[in-house]
Amino acid sequence: MADDQVIVGLEVHCQLDTKSKLFCGCSTDYRSDGPNTHVCPVCLGLPGAMPVLNKRSIEYAMKVAKALNCTVLHESEFSRKNYFYPDLDKAYQITQYDKPLAEGGYLEIESDEGGERRIQLTRIHVEEDPGRLVHMGNAERGKYSLVDYNRAGIPLIEIVSEPDMRSPKEARKFLNKLRATLEYLSVFDSEKEGSLRVDANISIKGNERVEVKNITSYKGVEKALTYEVTRQKNLIRRGQRIERETRHFIESTGITQSSRSKEQEHDYRYFPEPDLRPLHVQSWVEGIVLPELPDARRERFVLQYGCSLNHARTLTGELKLANFFEHVVVADPKGLSSLAATWIADTLIGELNYRSMNLDRVDAAGFTELIRILKQGTITDKSGIEVLRVMLDQRIKNEMAETPTAIVSRLNLAKTSGDTSIITAAINEAITENPKALEDYFAGKGGALNFLVGQVMKKTRGKADPGELNRMLIEALKKKET
Amino acid sequence: MHELSFEPDDRYNAFLAVCKKAPYGKGKLSGIAIAVKDNISTRGIETTCASKILKGYIPPYDAHAVELLRQSGAAIVGKTNMDEFGMGTTTENSAFGPTLNPCDTNRVPGGSSGGSAAAVAGNMVRMALGTDTGGSIRCPAAFCGIVGLKPTYGRVSRYGLIAYANSLEQIGPMGQNVSEVSTLLQVIAGKDRHDSTTYDRPYNHNPVADIKGLKIGIPTEYFGEGVDPKVAGVVKTAISRLEELGASTVPCSIPSMKYALAAYYVTCTCEASSNLARFDGVRYGPAADSKKSWHDAYKEVRKAGFGTEVRRRIMLGTFALSSGYYGKYYAKAQVARENVKADFARLFSEVDLIAGPTMPTIAFRLKEKSDPLSMYLSDILTVPANLAGIPAISVPCGKADGMPVGLQIMGRPFEDERVIDAAYAYEQAVN
Repeated sequence: MADDQVIVGLEVHCQLDTKSKLFCGCSTDYRSDGPNTHVCPVCLGLPGAMPVLNKRSIEYAMKVAKALNCTVLHESEFSRKNYFYPDLDKAYQITQYDKPLAEGGYLEIESDEGGERRIQLTRIHVEEDPGRLVHMGNAERGKYSLVDYNRAGIPLIEIVSEPDMRSPKEARKFLNKLRATLEYLSVFDSEKEGSLRVDANISIKGNERVEVKNITSYKGVEKALTYEVTRQKNLIRRGQRIERETRHFIESTGITQSSRSKEQEHDYRYFPEPDLRPLHVQSWVEGIVLPELPDARRERFVLQYGCSLNHARTLTGELKLANFFEHVVVADPKGLSSLAATWIADTLIGELNYRSMNLDRVDAAGFTELIRILKQGTITDKSGIEVLRVMLDQRIKNEMAETPTAIVSRLNLAKTSGDTSIITAAINEAITENPKALEDYFAGKGGALNFLVGQVMKKTRGKADPGELNRMLIEALKKKET
Repeated sequence: MHELSFEPDDRYNAFLAVCKKAPYGKGKLSGIAIAVKDNISTRGIETTCASKILKGYIPPYDAHAVELLRQSGAAIVGKTNMDEFGMGTTTENSAFGPTLNPCDTNRVPGGSSGGSAAAVAGNMVRMALGTDTGGSIRCPAAFCGIVGLKPTYGRVSRYGLIAYANSLEQIGPMGQNVSEVSTLLQVIAGKDRHDSTTYDRPYNHNPVADIKGLKIGIPTEYFGEGVDPKVAGVVKTAISRLEELGASTVPCSIPSMKYALAAYYVTCTCEASSNLARFDGVRYGPAADSKKSWHDAYKEVRKAGFGTEVRRRIMLGTFALSSGYYGKYYAKAQVARENVKADFARLFSEVDLIAGPTMPTIAFRLKEKSDPLSMYLSDILTVPANLAGIPAISVPCGKADGMPVGLQIMGRPFEDERVIDAAYAYEQAVN
């Protein structure tokens, strides 16, 4: 380990995608409804109300435990974490403390150096989400704050890792892999707002660690940690000591801010929740049937479809992407797999990100047709991208969606194969207009040929088949030489 | 739906709220007036736990036990006074003034279910619900000369009971005689899906006055130091009456009793400190000052809203749970509690019942127990049953200095039937 090695451990809180809350029958589908509409005496913490454990949420958590290779404990129990805050209606959170649901386990990620790296896990426990404060104006200076208890009692799992990650990038990879695994298990919906929250512990080897709270996005983790690495390394360089403290990540500015030092740390006064009996669920583990998980699917994509390891990793890194790929190639796996993998992993993802567009909005049938046209060689790759962009833009603008074939014909993008006269004319033009390039070519400068290819491409608006074009250009140049 | 008009002459300050027109339906308790302790949630009826901090709180739901009462036709006629949140042995710790003992109005009715006991003893109702965390049903039953049962932990749902110490307390019946207590238990006992600590053990028993052949243990600790000899004498006479009825008695010992009070007070204050933290003025009770920062507003509401004894117990519990002290107090208290349980389990492998006085003395004079510690000490004979989770009944067994004395009978877990039978046999024999 280098002297300034970065050490990162994560505590990841994910909302379990159950129908009802952890300790009452209220619906968890609250996001599109008004405040305090999904509440009852239990999740409002009314005097006298008692929690009753939702069995389904424990089943979900145990699926996760099994998928992450954790040991489900013979006995686990719920405890009260006592603290005052207006979003916490009982003034304690029912969580798990010294007897969590599961311990140990690991998750494998792609390390920065390539290859797999095993990140050890400490524990997994189940707890309830608090409510939510809505500040009128600024949290400190606003006139008042409102409380919404719709979120109170939503089941969360907290997954705690060992300090096994060595860079902000690895932390991001861990999180992505974790998200994929949870989605494969159908226990988590990453697209729901606020469904994930991360606390990160980060230190530079030999120094105190800092806890960064309030990270609510996947990108945020890498951003917050990168900021901390710089801040901590700068302190060390200036000979200053790193304080052990809790810092808050501010998403909008990408920086972290000190929120409390060790001396001010809460004393949560944990004790066992007397209204719930201890859990004895170890025997359920055997009966849990896990679906195919990301690693297994990645291996299968390599074997079954001949995907490159990188493509397979990208495609299986998100459940929807993997499903989309398989949907596209299902009719003709042999013929389409390699092309589809390239086009989804290398092109489609980028185009979607550029448009902040969700994969759900892509018309799989249309995309499949596009791959088929490309496979047939009707259009060039360059035209393919143009067609794809038109397809996506039509979706975004909610315009009538044309089929790829219709777009090709409307934009006259079909390859010029068969009719070489256009290419010949373009070649002749390019050669005449660029005598310097011609000179360079004969002088043996490799770049000149590429330059001329580009010029011809431009003139044929990308419709010329690159192979054909190359062959014809070299032939024409040979003629010039003689 | 019918209505029962209820306008009692409440000279003992037994009620905090009275329903002058109490609706009732058909069923086993049809038209019978039942008073409910004010820490049990009643839909549409103010429920304060005798605390200023819950003044004006009208629960939107019924406690499970109340729901069962209504289903059996009972008329809920009012909410009874108590020590604030159940914290006390006299009903003097009420924010709304003390309840007086109908047998002698210069004396306390006991607590914390003093209002329920006085309502029954003062003939305002035949039956009432109380709650018992460390003796809060049995103590006032003994002091007021009525019958009160703390059921086995888990036999009656606590859903809707505003928690003071969840792991210790039970809702239980109080009545003018054993039959009524038994009838009330028939209605309220059983599994409730809203309370995970309940068991599927309904109570369908009618009392039988037969204790022939039963073996009753008489713990020496129940007649030791601190127990008024006159009270001890009355109870001993009652026990010899049980022998005349065909039971045999054996002296026995509960060595863990010397830790029982400490274990009890650590456990109940810890749980209370957490349970009562939610009373912050945000959702109910007197509103917090919204111009103040939230933690300043909380402080003000809680300081003004809680009485002295409640604040004392919250602070004790908060301290005992805090980092570095948990092992010293809470964890140790749980070990002591296990020892008490083990002692009872051992005894109950040899005897069927355990009997002794309910309280070490007769009812105190008003303001006599001004020192909290001496008040805590008076719970010594009742807390063991709560720590062990076993059923315990107090049945009137005579008088000392003109005041009622209670005979306490304890049984194995879920043998509430046998405890009731023994009390019934005694009651039938002396009446």
